[in-house]
Amino acid sequence: MTDDIVLLLRRAGFGPTAAEVGAARRLGYASTLSGLVAPAGPDVGATSAPVPNLGPDPFVLLPRATEAQQVVGSRRRTEQTVALARWWLDRMTVADHQAVEKLIFFWHGHWATSVAKVRSPQLMFGQLREFREARDFADLAHRMVLDRALVYWLDGQHNKKAAPNENLARELFELFMLGVGQYTERDIKEAGRALAGWRVILDREKLVSEPKDRDTGRKTILGATANFDANGLVDLLLQHPTCRRFIASRLWFRYASSTQPIPERTREAMAAEFPAPMAMLRVLFGDEAFQATRGTMVQQPVEWLVGAMRHLGLRPAAMPEQVFSRIYWAMEALGQRPFAPPSVGGWPAGAAWLTSAAAQVRLTIAGILVDLVRPGPLTPEAVAHLLCVDRWTDRTYAVLRDARNDRLKLMLGLVSPEYLVT
Amino acid sequence: MDALTRRRFLIASGVVGGGALAAGAGVLGFHELLRTAEKTRAGDVEGGLPTLVLVTLYGGNDGLNTVVPYADAAYHSARPELAYAPAQVLPLDQTLGLNPMLRGMRRLWDAKQLGIVLGVGYPKPDRSHFKSMDIWQTASPGTPAPTGWVGRWLDGISAATETAVSFEPALPPMLVGKSRIGVCVSYRGLTLPSGVSPDVVSALGQVEPGESEMQARAAASYADLITMNRAVMKSAGSGSDEQGHSGGEGVPATGTGGDNALSAQLALVARCVESQVPTRVYSVSLGGFDTHAGERVWQETLLRHLDDALSAFVDRMGRSAAGRRVTVVVYSEFGRRVRANASDGTDHGTAGPVFVLGHGVAGGFYGEQPSLTDLDDGDLKATTDFRDVFGTVLAHVLAGDPDRHLGGYRAHLLPLLSSR
Repeated sequence: MTDDIVLLLRRAGFGPTAAEVGAARRLGYASTLSGLVAPAGPDVGATSAPVPNLGPDPFVLLPRATEAQQVVGSRRRTEQTVALARWWLDRMTVADHQAVEKLIFFWHGHWATSVAKVRSPQLMFGQLREFREARDFADLAHRMVLDRALVYWLDGQHNKKAAPNENLARELFELFMLGVGQYTERDIKEAGRALAGWRVILDREKLVSEPKDRDTGRKTILGATANFDANGLVDLLLQHPTCRRFIASRLWFRYASSTQPIPERTREAMAAEFPAPMAMLRVLFGDEAFQATRGTMVQQPVEWLVGAMRHLGLRPAAMPEQVFSRIYWAMEALGQRPFAPPSVGGWPAGAAWLTSAAAQVRLTIAGILVDLVRPGPLTPEAVAHLLCVDRWTDRTYAVLRDARNDRLKLMLGLVSPEYLVT
Repeated sequence: MDALTRRRFLIASGVVGGGALAAGAGVLGFHELLRTAEKTRAGDVEGGLPTLVLVTLYGGNDGLNTVVPYADAAYHSARPELAYAPAQVLPLDQTLGLNPMLRGMRRLWDAKQLGIVLGVGYPKPDRSHFKSMDIWQTASPGTPAPTGWVGRWLDGISAATETAVSFEPALPPMLVGKSRIGVCVSYRGLTLPSGVSPDVVSALGQVEPGESEMQARAAASYADLITMNRAVMKSAGSGSDEQGHSGGEGVPATGTGGDNALSAQLALVARCVESQVPTRVYSVSLGGFDTHAGERVWQETLLRHLDDALSAFVDRMGRSAAGRRVTVVVYSEFGRRVRANASDGTDHGTAGPVFVLGHGVAGGFYGEQPSLTDLDDGDLKATTDFRDVFGTVLAHVLAGDPDRHLGGYRAHLLPLLSSR
C-alpha cells in the first residue's frame, strides 16, 4: 500500500518531493495523515516567505483621481497584485505545512472572488488573511459575509433597504453554504434584506455600516422568522442540515473526484466532523473511497506550477522579476491566475484544464522553469523519481528515453499526462 | 477588447456563472469534434445541414468607416480627419462604399455573396461594451437574460454536444442555454519552447490502451495541438486567394493576438465543415475595435485582417457542397459616434452595419442607412433591430422558430437567404 501515500501527499499538498515521500513511507499512512492535517509546531519552511508589505492602495491617496492619475494608479495596483501573487505562490512552494496551504487555496476557489472586479489588491489580501485566520468553516462564514472583497464582488454595497440587491444572498445559498435547490426565491429575497446596509470604503479596515440602509424588520428565511442580520443569517445557514453535507461534497470535489459524486457514507462521516475542515479531510483521506479515485484528478494549473517548482527546487521569490512576470501572465492564459477566478462559481475542474490551448501554454511554462535549473544526467527512471511519478506509460517512457537532452527530458516529464493527473 | 477584458465581460455578463462550467462541461477536444462527423455519415445527410458562422467583432467597430456614406457632406464635416475621400472608398452604389481595406468583400459583393444590413441596433442603446455585447448575445435589450439566443435554440432542440462550437478563447454567452451549452475548442497557435519539435509533442499525445480516462484526455490534448496547427497551416499555405490579399500576412500583432487570429479560427471551422462535422453554429471572433484614439491606422489593420480571413473562408466554402450551405454573420456590439473626438478616434456609439456572407446569400443592401443629421444625442438612430437579423438566420439557416428564442420579440424576417 506504499503507493497510496504518494496519492495522499499529492492530493493533500502541492506535490511532494522525493525526500518527503521517503519520510512518509517510513512513518506509514496513519502517521503521515496525522502530520498533514494536524501539523505540530510552527511552519519553519514558511518563515522564509515573510508576509509582504504591499503599501497602500494608490486610490486611497487619490479619492478624486484625474484620468492620468487613474492610469498610474491602475498600473500600481497591477504591480501590487503581481507582488501579492508572487508571495502567495512562494509561500505555497516553501511551506512545510502543505495541507494548510492547500486548504487556503481551496477556500480561495470556494469563496471565489476576483481582483478583476474588486480591483484593490489590499482587499484581496485581506480576504486571504481571513482564510488563514479562521478557526473553522463557521468562523470563516461569519468573516466572509462581512468581508470587504466578497461584499464588493457581489454588489453588497448596492444592497440597501430601499433598493435591495440579492447577489450576495443568492450565492451565499447556492455556492457557498447550501448548494442549489435547497431554498426558495422568497428565502433569497428575505436573506438579501438581512444583508442590506454595508458599504466598502477603501481606507477603512472594515466594512462600514450604513444604519439608514439597514433593514431591521422581521424576515422569514427557511421557515424561521426573526430580525435576522448578516451574522444571524449565517448562523441560520450553518445550522441547516444541508450545509455540512454541502461542504463535505465540495471538499470531495476538489480533493477526491470532480466527476464521481461523493458516496453517501463518506459524506455523512465527513459531515459529522463539520465545521472543522481538517477533521473532515482526515475522514476523507482515511476513506477507501478516496483511494479508489486514483488517476481521476487533473491538477489545477496552480497545483501543477507549485508542484513543479517544488520538484525542481525553484521558488518565485528567487526568480528574476521578468521571469516571474512571464509565468504569472502565462497562468492567466492557462486559466488560473491567482486572485482572478473566471466567475463566482470558482475554478473549472477536470477535463476543462485539458484543452489544446492549455497544452500549448503548459509547454511554455515548463520551458521557462527548466531553463532556471541545470539538470544532471537524467534517465526516464530518474525523471520519475524526481517528479514522484510512480510509473511511466510505454509512450512517455519512449518519449523521455529518446529526448535529445536532459533539459528536454525534464520539460517533457513536467507536461506528461502521468504528471498532470493524480 | 483584449483577452483579459473579454474574460471580464463574461464575468460581468453573469451568463457564464454558477456551476455549469466549473464542472468542465463545455469542453471538447478537436479530435472528438472531428469524430462526430461519423454521425453525419451514419445519418446520410447529403451535403451537410445548413450551418451558421457568427463572427463577433469585440470593442465596437466604427460602422461609418466600414460602410462609408461617402457622398454625404455631413459625414465629411463630422469627422474631417477620419473621413475617407470619395476617391478612396470602394463604391457599392451612389451613396455608400466599402472601406478601402475591404477589397475581398467588394469582390464578394460583386458576386452577390455579400448582404449588408444597414443601421442595425436596438431601442435605448447602451454604450457599455459589456452591457451592449450582453444585449446582442442574449438578444434581450430590455432586461438581463440568463441565456444566449443560440443557447435557447439549443435547449429547444435538445441539441447534441457538438451542435454549437466556439473557437474563441472562451465560451461566449450567446452559446449558453438553460439545459444545453455550446462547446469551446480553444486554440492559441503553436509556439513551442526551443528544442521541442512538433513530433515530440505528437508522440506525447498518443493515447495508450489501459490508461485512465483523464490521463488519456491529457495525452490527446497534445495530439490535438499538432492536428489543429496542421489544419491552420495548411489553410494559410493555400490561403492566397485569386483576387484578394494574401491569406497569411496582415494579421495584427496585437488586438486579440495573432495566436488566436480570426484566420486561424476560420481555418478550423473550414476543416470541420469539409469533414462534415454535424455542428450547426460556429462562433469565432476578432477583438481590438475600441478605437478611441488614432483610429484610422488601427481600424484599417483590423479590417484588412477581417477581409483576408472572411474572403478566403467564403471562397474556400464555395468549393464543397457542405461549404455552400454555410452562412456567415458579422456584427459588433455597437458602432461609434458620428463626430470624431479630439484624439483622432471615436467614442462609443450606436447602430452599425451587419454583414451576411455565403453562397446561399442574396447579396445587396437591406434596411436603410441612418441619417447623419437626424441624430439621437449625437448618435445614429437604428433603422433595423438586430433581432430581425438573428431571427432571419434562426428561421432560414437553423430552421428554428424565432418567436420562441428572441424573448417575445416578433422578428421581421429579411429575405437574406436566396437558396434555402
